[in-house]
Amino acid sequence: MEFSYYPGCSLESSAKEYNQSAMAVAKALGITLNEIEDWVCCGATSAHSTNHKLSYALPAINISLAQNAGNDIVVPCASCYSRLKKTDLLLRNNPEERKEIEDIADFNYEGKLEIVSVLELFAKKLPKEELKSKVKKNLSGLKLACYYGCLTVRPPEICFENPENPDSMDTVMKAIGAEPVRWSYKTECCGASLSLTATGTVNKMVARIVDMAAEAGANAIVTACPLCQMNLEVRRNESNSNMPVFYFTELIALALGIPECKDWFAKHIVDPRQLLKSLSLI
Amino acid sequence: MQSNQAVGNTSSLIEEIIDKSGQPIELCFQCQKCAAGCSMGRFTDYSPNQIIRLIQHGLIDKVLDSNMIWLCSSCEICGARCPNGINMAEVMDCLKAMAISKNIVSVKNVKKFHDSFLGSVKLNGRVHEATMMMTYKIKTMDLFSDIDLGMKMFVKGKLHILPKRTKDRARLSRVFTRTANKQK
Repeated sequence: MEFSYYPGCSLESSAKEYNQSAMAVAKALGITLNEIEDWVCCGATSAHSTNHKLSYALPAINISLAQNAGNDIVVPCASCYSRLKKTDLLLRNNPEERKEIEDIADFNYEGKLEIVSVLELFAKKLPKEELKSKVKKNLSGLKLACYYGCLTVRPPEICFENPENPDSMDTVMKAIGAEPVRWSYKTECCGASLSLTATGTVNKMVARIVDMAAEAGANAIVTACPLCQMNLEVRRNESNSNMPVFYFTELIALALGIPECKDWFAKHIVDPRQLLKSLSLI
Repeated sequence: MQSNQAVGNTSSLIEEIIDKSGQPIELCFQCQKCAAGCSMGRFTDYSPNQIIRLIQHGLIDKVLDSNMIWLCSSCEICGARCPNGINMAEVMDCLKAMAISKNIVSVKNVKKFHDSFLGSVKLNGRVHEATMMMTYKIKTMDLFSDIDLGMKMFVKGKLHILPKRTKDRARLSRVFTRTANKQK
């Protein structure tokens, strides 16, 4: 399998370990990810909150750059995924706006590419037994609250599974031997980009999510979004929990025996190494 | 547009918002499923259904002055559950654009954050987190919060001093110019 790859801005900086783990896992599973040459920011919340046309024109530039290679686009960040997928749907289904966005971004939309989240790639596109057969270390004893957040599962028209009770991450975690717990906060909001602007509010939202994960018996949370991961680590002042928050790709890497995962764990603000040592996983 | 339920000048307001957001807000029958699921409802002055009710009554000033339209995190729970297919996050974006055009921004920090973020994209093609956060802090004069967090991130190699800039900035510049002041 070969794809174009759109990392997005966070993955070059605050979420480096998500980028590196996603790339390493794909490689180990025989999937080629080619980073889109000269990609630009998707505009994220700031563009769609303040400038409707810009919020579609920026992702359109990236779709146009990927059209040359002709491969579907894999996106790890939930927010980038949402913006690219929404733009693709608009360009596909709305001829009037398509013409306008094509003129703004100087390209002709071909409509041949699919936008795929990296979670969808490993959970749905990869044959089910493929991952399981390559596991070197079962992550037994690791009880995980799989946290999907908002933009991987909503709105329903961009979602690849049940938006109210998704289970793709749970399935992947089971395949590597971990034990997902049942809990009700899978798709709650972490506060997203309000983390800087309404910090007190986000502290309350995050504390509730982390505390509920603890109450459900989890010893770690696992995410597929750089902003969720960051907020759950750094905005938990009102919670007493010290449970780590992983990217799901880091845990796959651990199970596949990819040695670099130790470097990624060292980058976390809430250090997960003590937990992993206590379970004899590192 | 079919907003024949409204009377007087509320009709044109509803039509304007239906047109700009692309959402059939005239169908809202106040079931409050959006309010029940709203991530921010505990912290805001109005719930999503109340925002629609205010629009239906033509009370646009109250809507634009509400903190709800800026504190909405675009989590999209409301839209996913609406039995009438109203994507409320799109309505919120439309209301933010209206508020900006009238220069009524009730939660100024949020707008300053968006300006800092897009300023970084316009300059570099990608967001440079370190300078974007510094710009935001200067704009809001909130210089000291999160300094310890910033240091931790820097030590862990999560913040870069220099931005990674895209090469084709001529195209980027054209996109920013062509979309400036071009609200739907």
